[in-house]
Amino acid sequence: MASYSTNEFKGGLKVMLDGDPCAILENEFVKPGKGQAFNRVKLRNLLTGRVWERTFKSGESLEGADVLDLEMEYLYSDGEMWYFMKTDGSFEQYPVEKKALGDTEKWLKEQVVYTVTLWNDNVINVTPPNFIELEVTETDPGVKGDTAQGGSKPATLSSGAVVRVPLFINEGEVLKIDTRSGEYVSRA
Amino acid sequence: MVDWRPTAEIETLHARARLLAAVRAFFAEREVLEVETPVLGHGGSTDVHLASLSCEATTPAGCERLWLQTSPEFHMKRLLAAGSGPIFQIARSFRDGEVGTRHNLEFTMLEWYRPGLPLDALIEETAALIRAVLGRESGPLRHRRYRELFREVLGLDPFTAELAALRRLAGERGGLDMAGAPRDDCLDLLMSLAIEPTLGRDSLDVVVDYPASQAALARRHHDPEDGAWVASRFEVYLAGLELANGYDELTDADEQATRFAEDNAARCEAGLAEVDADARLLAALAHGMPAGSGVALGLDRLIQLALGKASVAEVMAFATPRA
Repeated sequence: MASYSTNEFKGGLKVMLDGDPCAILENEFVKPGKGQAFNRVKLRNLLTGRVWERTFKSGESLEGADVLDLEMEYLYSDGEMWYFMKTDGSFEQYPVEKKALGDTEKWLKEQVVYTVTLWNDNVINVTPPNFIELEVTETDPGVKGDTAQGGSKPATLSSGAVVRVPLFINEGEVLKIDTRSGEYVSRA
Repeated sequence: MVDWRPTAEIETLHARARLLAAVRAFFAEREVLEVETPVLGHGGSTDVHLASLSCEATTPAGCERLWLQTSPEFHMKRLLAAGSGPIFQIARSFRDGEVGTRHNLEFTMLEWYRPGLPLDALIEETAALIRAVLGRESGPLRHRRYRELFREVLGLDPFTAELAALRRLAGERGGLDMAGAPRDDCLDLLMSLAIEPTLGRDSLDVVVDYPASQAALARRHHDPEDGAWVASRFEVYLAGLELANGYDELTDADEQATRFAEDNAARCEAGLAEVDADARLLAALAHGMPAGSGVALGLDRLIQLALGKASVAEVMAFATPRA
């Protein structure tokens, strides 16, 4: 894997730091007029999701991380692993551990395409699409006629997620949800 | 898609032009002569922390290596030695590798020299120039001693603290390994990360009495506190941004030659290429340059603050990544 010098650090670049793959978020060049130059770098640890702030002497370098983002379709779970399949026609499948799946577990739906992050060919992260359509499996009965008033109630979706929905929503309806905020958008 | 558009809005370029005119009016009123000196010279900056760009050029002497100037300092000092009197220049300057929200590979330096003027008077004039360009109140001018800042913000004396303690603190603040780092690198890191952000928040801060090891082309004097050598140098900060760097100028040719040699020795030690020292500057100093003070101000940064922009790129027609 190539190594990258501080002046090549750009948002999105994947590098190895303390043995973990990281994505560069920000890189700020700092230098007193007549002094040593440094780079203030913000990185996201791709294994833990934590953001690290580190300083490097300008010109130092880090090894690149063999990290790939691929589109994959969710297939099924055997209770221990979750299985995804490449959408490039190869039918190649990847097992995913619960740890790598993280919060995405509550946004899983068969046949939906997710962004799967591979490091050295192992899945380390799964990102859901920004919007997903899911069916309501459990909620209090809808309040008739109440389409404009405020107010909300919890609803359990087919994926297991619980979101706040307007009072008029009934069980069996399909809703559009923003996975980034976990908020109800509209009826699908 | 090819990004061909300017990094500054056209409206900003109009404002920039007005501010450049204000700078020229400021110096015209004070009868300081505007000069233009070469961007390409036979000598480069030996400063360990400045990376000079150079190019091969065909001249009457044949094919030779010319250096893009990191500031117009050397040429302007030769004018002083030739009897120019007070001079200023708005000069394009080049520093390799320096690109960021506060830096651009090529940038506009406002540099001026005042034969016979003491450093304190130049600090006053620098503050007046900054206020004239800023067009609004900058808060009072406040002198901050380098030593006192470190004591106040970090609780240690930068001159007397053990090197091990400085390395530990710098490493902690920066989240990096500073074992083996030279003293000045630790001080630079702490200055950049811990002290700079606190400066110029509700006043125009002038930092004085730098460590003697950071004198560059400034004279040195004794700190009245305990006699330690300090550099006769100042830096002006506003809104956490370093704006200007001024010296009580070194006029001794032998001392200058020694510093060039020390710089190149340090460059070798750091694995950097040697830079051709400016023999003509040394000859000019040997001839005699009037004592006085001089200051270099990052004009793009001052314009950025005056116009309330977030980066120098926003006040430049085309910042380097889009040049």
